[in-house]
Amino acid sequence: MMRDAFFDLADRLGDGLRGDEVLFCNLDGEDSEFVRLNKNRVRQAGSLHRRSLELSLIAAGRQVEGGCELSGSPEQDLALARDLLERLRERLPHVPEDPYLSYSTTPASSERTLGGRELPDAAEAVSELIAGAGDLDLVGIWASGDLLSGLASSIGHRHWHHSTSFNLDFSCFLESDKAIKAGYGGLEWDGARLAEKLEEVRRGLALMARPTRSIPPGRYRAYLAPEAVQELMDMLAWGGFGLKSHRTAQTPLLRLVEEECSLDPRVSIREEPGRGLVPAFTAEGFDKPERVDLIAGGHYGKCLVDSRSGKEYGVPANAVSEYPESIAFDAGEMPRAEVLDRLGTGLYIGNLWYLNYSDRNDCRITGMTRFGTFWVEKGEPVAPVQVMRFDDSVYHLLGDRLEALTMERELLLCADTYGGRSTASSLLPGILVGGIDLAL
Amino acid sequence: MQLLEQTAKRARDLAPALDYWTVRIVAEESEILSVRQGVVEPTRLQTSCGAMISLVRGSGMGYAATSDLSAGGLRAAFAEAIRWAELHARLGLFDAGLFPRCEARSEYRTPTLEPWDARSTEDKLRLLRDACSALETDSRILDSSAWLEYRRISQLLVSGDAGRSEQVLEYVNPGLAAVAHEAGQTQRRTGGGADRPGQGGLERIAQVGFLDAAPRVGEEALALLAAPECPTGTRDLVLLPGQMALQIHESIGHPLELDRILGDERNYAGTSFVTADMFGSYRYGSDLLNVTFDPSQQGELASYATDDEGTRAERAYLIRDGILARPLGGRLSQARSGLPGVANARASGWDRPPIDRMGNINLEPGSASLDDLIGRVERGVLMDTNRSWSIDDSRNKFQFGCELGRLIEDGELNGLVRNPGYRGISANFWRSLAGVGDRNEFEVVGVRNCGKGEPNQGVYVGHAAPPCLFREVSVFGGGQ
Repeated sequence: MMRDAFFDLADRLGDGLRGDEVLFCNLDGEDSEFVRLNKNRVRQAGSLHRRSLELSLIAAGRQVEGGCELSGSPEQDLALARDLLERLRERLPHVPEDPYLSYSTTPASSERTLGGRELPDAAEAVSELIAGAGDLDLVGIWASGDLLSGLASSIGHRHWHHSTSFNLDFSCFLESDKAIKAGYGGLEWDGARLAEKLEEVRRGLALMARPTRSIPPGRYRAYLAPEAVQELMDMLAWGGFGLKSHRTAQTPLLRLVEEECSLDPRVSIREEPGRGLVPAFTAEGFDKPERVDLIAGGHYGKCLVDSRSGKEYGVPANAVSEYPESIAFDAGEMPRAEVLDRLGTGLYIGNLWYLNYSDRNDCRITGMTRFGTFWVEKGEPVAPVQVMRFDDSVYHLLGDRLEALTMERELLLCADTYGGRSTASSLLPGILVGGIDLAL
Repeated sequence: MQLLEQTAKRARDLAPALDYWTVRIVAEESEILSVRQGVVEPTRLQTSCGAMISLVRGSGMGYAATSDLSAGGLRAAFAEAIRWAELHARLGLFDAGLFPRCEARSEYRTPTLEPWDARSTEDKLRLLRDACSALETDSRILDSSAWLEYRRISQLLVSGDAGRSEQVLEYVNPGLAAVAHEAGQTQRRTGGGADRPGQGGLERIAQVGFLDAAPRVGEEALALLAAPECPTGTRDLVLLPGQMALQIHESIGHPLELDRILGDERNYAGTSFVTADMFGSYRYGSDLLNVTFDPSQQGELASYATDDEGTRAERAYLIRDGILARPLGGRLSQARSGLPGVANARASGWDRPPIDRMGNINLEPGSASLDDLIGRVERGVLMDTNRSWSIDDSRNKFQFGCELGRLIEDGELNGLVRNPGYRGISANFWRSLAGVGDRNEFEVVGVRNCGKGEPNQGVYVGHAAPPCLFREVSVFGGGQ
């Protein structure tokens, strides 16, 4: 089902509404190709065709929600959607009025199409990857295809977002934990860029081939590459920026919010829906702003507010959910070329893994080093490091121990595919810290 | 089941000439009811239906999933899967001849005493309102919620050579949460079944003590605000079943997954410190450690008759008397590795192919009561209910945090401590197992957010365990 068919379905559903009923229809769809790789060979390859319809029926201050899968056949889909609508209508009198009901009452429309012209056939791209990787022990996934998002309401909203993209997420192993991770994703495929990525991996593996160094727990100077910073941002995203988590004192940044402490003045973090990779509208018909300053100059800025929290706390909605989808961290002044010299002696951390909170009250996070982590002496990488567990507070890593941020930033496309291929992205610098506490 | 049967027949009629094929049709219904701070959240009715076609042609295999169950949709899915089989035949990791055949003709249905529809929506919402109200015992409770979730999965797997597995799984999962805050300290306590998910009907509400738990959950959240931090140091540790679930999950279940050992997961979920040569001889834990794959445990999240490739599921020891016995690998992984395994090729839904997953992974009861375990501790901490989990990609260096801790001193259970956590190394930790609770202390718990696979899949995983005692563990509390 594409745009016209979806809007037509919404129109026909709308024709059957009764009294003061309001209906919001959201479509989420994908035509995805997934090729899983292990040992630079195809482990599991397949396709997915999915169209999911979400309905919100509103009347007399009450609302109920429901969803179903669509087939692609207009008449069959209309029957499925009408059946769901009827079930929601039956449910509506049995739920109380909703004091936090909130939706856009202003009709609006938009359409955005991204990519689609330059992508190769997935099987060809994977063949090119396997040939280019040669004898590398490559493991990972190719994901590509169309992603669709649509909104149509009985009020008159008509929004459509269609992207065609690819995301190759892989790592290459020498043995055990000795590996380098890489990613290449976007809207346009460039075989030369893939070759460069593979060459970077080979250079990293040459370092990884050296004997592993074991270091004892303690505090170490460290450089965290953008991919490692992304893991920290993902943790902050978990309740750090949402209005509800603020008003219920659950945000891990509570001490920052209450101005008991601040981060380094160079720390500015924002949500940038204007980057354009995610839909510009919310399920309730609100437009997303171009940007929301979450942390500005080391101090707490604004929250992400979904429609429900907005109504509860009297704040305008500015997000689909209270979780960043397009996070950006301001760049600093350290050229990437100077990272090793500025680090001197310490850890170069390529990736972090499996983070979680040790204590949310103090924004204390634990996690592991993983992939591409080296011991550096006098500005020279000398040995890979055995995986280590860190346990430290963001108030230190982005506060009193932050020494520098890189001038260059990486645009990292999220490779997650839980519930569908993610359209989230991060624009991040690397950070140099005077110390990170390793616990195990 | 009628739609599933019709779709299966349609697939059978349309299937081209192939070496082997299966169609797995999954219809899912779910409903979420919740009340937060006395306000009913929008109720949600979700249905989902789709088909996964897997096939073997020559030396290649491929899959295609679709929500279009028409003849055209299924025909297109067969064509897509054949296209992928051609790629696999050319560049595959192994010969598709290893792809397992559906060996079963079986049926399974979750036993339920009280169907989900036996009570009206109003009655369910009234129950949730009452529970939510009971959580709010003090103005320092800043957030409270009570929820009731229903999920019904109907699945029909048929193969081109007359294999057939029909299963209907039903889950009713209630839960409670209270968030207390004072003077810069926030504590969240859950209960009422929140960490006791399982299969069954509405009878589960009473089984998990949903409404009765509400005042205690609120009071414990408040009490934790004033409790001292958990001490830092080396102490004995008693873990209650709610935390044992996570400990088993992360440091036994995942490392034993055969696809990790075969390297499939190295880019995402990770590898394993366990290697193929360890089975049959490696000492995983003390003599007290006995762990089973048990799809027959009634009420547990992953009880089923066959896995999603159609292999009949049977109970088997993974670790016996502390010695590693067999991995968690479905028949494809068994064929690739030459190791034994279990029926654990599972998919999160119609839109994902099966991979090696945990099913019900249980730590078998020992002979001690909880009082016995506590009585054997001179200086220790008891911890309950997981709230933080982190482990390395080989599943060795872990750090876990719990909602609630209590000091144990000279064999007596004493006061609460807040923000309790502990860390260790899997390969050593299980060897420090010094006491295992008996059958009376054995509880069925589980995890509903087990994530793994590329593309990603989140599945329900069951765990059952008694409380356990571990010696000389590194414990710690909160603060910077």
